Order: sequence, then C-alpha cells, then structure tokens
Amino acid sequence: MAMQRLFRGVAQRAGSAVNTNFIRAMSTERTYGNLKDQDRIFTNLYGKHDVGIEGAMKRGDWHRTKDLVEKGSDWIVNEIKASGLRGRGGAGFPSGLKWSFMPKVTDGRPSYLVINADESEPGTCKDREIMRHDPHKLVEGCLIAGVAMRARYCYIYIRGEYVNERLALEKAVKEAYAKGFIGKNACNSGYDYDIFVHFGAGAYICGEETALIESLEGKQGKPRLKPPFPAGVGLYGCPTTVTNVETVAVAPTILRRGADWFASFGRKNNTGTKLFCISGHVNTPCTVEEEMSIPLRELIDRHCGGVRGGWDNLLAVIPGGSSVPCIPKSVCDDVLMDFDDLKNAQSGLGTAAVIVMDKSTDMIDAISRLAYFYKHESCGQCTPCREGTGWLWMMLERMKKGDARLEEIDMLQELTKQIEGHTICALGDAAAWPVQGLIRHFRPEMEARILEAAPPPEKIAA
Amino acid sequence: MAIRRSMFHCAQLIRKSALASSSVPQTASTALKVQSAAVPIFQQRRWYADILNQHRDTPTNNSALAFEFTEKNMPKVNEIISHYPSNYKQSAVIPLLDLAQQQGNGHLTVQAMNKVAEMLEIAPMRVYEVATFYTMFNRTPVGKYHVMVCGTTPCMIRGSREIEAALAAHWGIKKGQTTPDGMFTLGEMECMGCCVNAPQITIADYTKGADGYTYNYYEDLTPESAIKIVDQLKKGETPKVGSQIRETCEPVGGLTTLLEPPPGPYCRDLSQA
Repeated sequence: MAMQRLFRGVAQRAGSAVNTNFIRAMSTERTYGNLKDQDRIFTNLYGKHDVGIEGAMKRGDWHRTKDLVEKGSDWIVNEIKASGLRGRGGAGFPSGLKWSFMPKVTDGRPSYLVINADESEPGTCKDREIMRHDPHKLVEGCLIAGVAMRARYCYIYIRGEYVNERLALEKAVKEAYAKGFIGKNACNSGYDYDIFVHFGAGAYICGEETALIESLEGKQGKPRLKPPFPAGVGLYGCPTTVTNVETVAVAPTILRRGADWFASFGRKNNTGTKLFCISGHVNTPCTVEEEMSIPLRELIDRHCGGVRGGWDNLLAVIPGGSSVPCIPKSVCDDVLMDFDDLKNAQSGLGTAAVIVMDKSTDMIDAISRLAYFYKHESCGQCTPCREGTGWLWMMLERMKKGDARLEEIDMLQELTKQIEGHTICALGDAAAWPVQGLIRHFRPEMEARILEAAPPPEKIAA
Repeated sequence: MAIRRSMFHCAQLIRKSALASSSVPQTASTALKVQSAAVPIFQQRRWYADILNQHRDTPTNNSALAFEFTEKNMPKVNEIISHYPSNYKQSAVIPLLDLAQQQGNGHLTVQAMNKVAEMLEIAPMRVYEVATFYTMFNRTPVGKYHVMVCGTTPCMIRGSREIEAALAAHWGIKKGQTTPDGMFTLGEMECMGCCVNAPQITIADYTKGADGYTYNYYEDLTPESAIKIVDQLKKGETPKVGSQIRETCEPVGGLTTLLEPPPGPYCRDLSQA
C-alpha cells in the first residue's frame, strides 16, 4: 500500500531492452547479489534457532542498546539518513527523513510511534517471518526508532489474521519488559518507553497509514485526507509516525555495524539488504534476504530453483506485490530488483514480493482475481474507487471469457485512469495499476480472446 | 449516476443490435445460448457482498438479550482496556469484539456489541460500524471450525480453486455454507499473507472457547492434504500446523542462505561514530 510516491512523474522506460542489455554488458560496473551470510541482518529468518530473548541476545540483539539510545535522537536520524535506508513498506520514502519530521520540542502532546504490521499486500509475507522468528529485532527497533523520533509510546498494529505471530510478538515484548529493556528507564538509559501490541480484524486498507490510525482509534479503517500529516496530527491528535516492520527491524543493526556498511550494498539511492518473497510458479518458493539491486533472474535462479519449466517458460512477473504493474519476460530478463530500475520498467519494487507466473497462467484471470481483491478491500469512502474497482472486476470477468468488444479494452484503460489519482489514498491507484500493466503488455492476448469468442459480425457473414 | 447508467444502457443497446444484425441462421438452441451469454454480469445479479450485511433479529441474536464476559475473560478485558489512554477507550473495540466472538463460539451477536459499547462508553452505532467493516467478525453463526481458503492471485495460480472445490465436494456444500452436522463452515478469504507457502487454508477453532481458541494456517497444500487435515480435525486429532512439506518459508530441498551458524554480538566503536 501507500505507493503513490513511487509513481509520481512516471519516467518512460529509456531505450529498448536490447539497448539496456548492451550498455550493461559493456560497462565495468559492479554486479549485485550473492550476499554473504555474515552480512545478513535476519539471521533467524527460518526459525532454526531459539526465538526467545536469550537466543536473540546470543545472535546480537539488545547488544549495547543503552549506548545507542544514549547517542541521542539526532545521531540516530543522521545515521539512518547516511545509510540510505528507504521505507520497506512499499513507497520507498527515505526513512531518516521521515523520522526527522517529528517535532523536536513537545507542545505537551506525547509523540507516538506506530508500527505497521498489517501485512496484507498479496505476495508479501516478509514481516510475518520477522515477527514469528526474529521478534526481538522488531522490539529493539521500536525502541531505537522511538528514541529517534522522541516518542513516548509505541503501538504495533498487527493484522488480525496473524494470531500466532501476534502471540510470538507479545511474548517477545513481555520478555523485553522483564529484562528492563523497555518500560520505565528502558535499558537503564533514563528513557521511558512503552510498547503495546494492537491488532486489526481483516481489512487490507488498514495498511494505509491514516486508515491504520483510524483503526487503532477503534473506528472503521477509512483513510484520512492529508494534510494534516500524521507527523503533525496523527493518533489521538498527537504527532505520529507510521513505519513498516522491516524498516524498523533493520535499524539497530545499521547503527551497530555502521551506515557505511549498509550503504555498501545495492546501487546508489537503493542501498541495503532486503527481504524478498518469491511466490508463484517457481520450483522452490521462499523468503530470502538479499542485496538490493540483485537482478531478478539471478534472484529466481539462485534461491528458487528457477522458473517452473525453465526460464523460457516464464510469462510475466509482478515484482513488488499486487499493487504494481506486471512486467513481461522480455523485461524480466535484465531488470534489477530495486526502486529505480523497476520504476524505469514502468513497475515498482513495492514490498519486493515477486509473484512469478509461467505460461500456463491465464493472465486476464490472474489480474481479474486481483481486481476482485481490490473490489473486496475498497473501504467505500471515495466514489471512483468504490464503484470503479467493481467495474474493473466485472469487465475483466467478461474479458476473461472473451465476452466483450474490442473497444472495451480502451474503455477499461480509461476507467483505470478515472480511478487513479482521484481518491484519498493509494488503494485506487493500486487497483488501477495491475490492470494498466495487463493492457500495456498483454493487449494482443486480450484482443485474441475477444475475437476468438465472438468474431465480428461481418466475418461471420463472410 | 444517471449519466453512467445511460452510458451502460447505450452499451447494452449496441451489443444487442450487433447481435441482431448478425444474419447467420441460428437454431433455437444456439440462439438461446447466445442470448444468455450476452446478458452482462451486472444484469444477472449484483454480486457485491459475500455476506449478508444487515442485521436480522433471531432468538439468539437480538438486543433484548444480555451479554456478559465470563469471569475467566474479565482479566483479559481489563488488560486490553489498559493498553489505551483512559480518554480513548474506543481503541479497545476491535480486541473486545474479537474476544466476544471467541466467547460466542465464533458468532458475534448484537447483544455482545451492545455490551462492548457500554463498557467503552461509546454509542452502540460506533461498535456496529466496526463490526460490519472488518471481515473477521462473523455476524451469522459459523460451524465449530471455520475453514477459510485464501483465494487471492498468489494462491490462485498455485491451485487454491482446486482446494476450495475439493472441500466443497467433500462436504457437499457451497462457499459460505455450513455442514449439516455444524462442524465446518467453508469460506474464502483475501490474501492471508503467506504467499510463499501458497496455497493455504486457515482454520479458526471455536470448539474450546476463548482459552483454547486457535487460528492456524495450514500451508503448501494439495486438495488431498487439505481434505486430510479437515478429516483429522473431525476425528478429534491434531493435524500439523503450518507448512505440510517443509518447516517454514525456506526453499524446499536445501537452504541457499544462512548455512553458517549466526554470528555473535557485534558493535563497532561508537566513540568514533
């Protein structure tokens, strides 16, 4: 969710794929990927080791946290800025900058940190692994991020379906309280800090930051108009920052190992390591931590045993969760998994949830199911989204069977344009982009389906 | 709205005239077939909600009845309310409704909503709004096990439709219905957030009240393993929770990362930083 920034001023893809390939082959620039185990942040991603606080401390969590807290807010924000960390929730907004928006001098209102653990973007399941296997990375990150933005309280908003993950997280929070790492005088640093775990009850829209705040206040999850931005008026009318789980969970490790270390991975402006979730038609779907800017093909071949039936059996990939447009195989051949390169390919990194589809997939059916998802999850506040998402789904359901006219593809495109940018939050945009991606790359297939089902009248007569 | 309606009337008229103008001789049966295929989906039925959105009074679900949290659940209630500022108790509405639903064996009744409103000192309407907005609240009774198939694209392309069809055929019911013995309700959910382990089903267990309540994911399924899981539950056994073919989200057939033991605590020299 919340990817509107990603596409402001969409850059047209510069040059053809061949051209890009050629430039890359001729250049001496470094390649990305093949992260070493000692550079991984999430060392217990697969839950092979002790999840509790003792095990976490053995792996380096809560190590010298007191010293990090005592370094102060400005130091933390500057380190995060220097590391080049960009928000991992989809929009890719620079985290250090976002954290610095919080008021430095309080006017009497407390500041809140809210962690967005409402992970519902189709394709995405990275935060789940953090919360159930490495929860102390998150809890420690909550303290560090809270100190950075001078927050007094932290709420972790976890989606209602993650019941077992919530229990793991609640246990971790309790353990941290028992050790005195959070609560009054957290880590003996003199800083008072409380963490509460709150949960939703099944609404994708609550992943949008202002809808999440509404939901946390006990209301329907309907996004608020901005401005005022949450950093000014957020939860309970107080300054609030909403950040993704992964963004916060990597912060303590960045501070301990240094901003330069984190910035040494990935291309400029796309630094760091990232959890990728690869699902769909690959031989071994998995979640894996890799370097940013790893080529998509290498990611799939190295960690997922390749595409089912070989690379040539690839049809399309949705590279960043359902909200970004799909890219066809010709683009997948050489695209890098980072914010800028995927943006150039008219898609986006989003949450780095890679949905792979091989040639057995009915693309129109797949996108139609996403359209149904957005229809189901639209909060109903803005008319273009509430009505438009339903129309998208109904039109795609007909096109799936070829029960449509050729002109209706243009009508569909125009419909997406009438939703996009005309809603309070980015759900309207997110519903429109997958359909636009479908039309952009698979229009011949859509036309063929229509012609096959119902040849034009004049051809019947002939 | 009027403009839009007329636009689509036009579209329908165009479609009908196109059909009429096709001068191919048709037998009665093909003509019928073409006619039914040409009726747009929005005319057939306005399928906009998958549940009944209005409240209907029933003998067990009406405002005249009283609802109380059990003594065992009261500490949980107080714990939940203590998480929020005393002037913003409304924040507790979702956790309390969730608890009330567990206590009600998976059914959130209107009297429970009224009780939550009373406890939080808010208008009942504010609670009804929340209860109707979020999909995890069941305002109609469900079976002892609420079986939900994730149907969104990542699961769909790996075969969730086959799983749903297999379960429906196994019980002889349709999506949204409960088996005659009251054991299972079959539902569909949108993305449950375990796409790497697709396809999956989620089973909410309401047989043991709020204390024994579980909401477990069963992942990496085939139609056969899904049926095996629900049959085990019916027999009172405990099927394996989580992935059926691997531990968690690692690649099947061997790790590609995290092969070395995790390194110990490390911190750079902070005085230089």
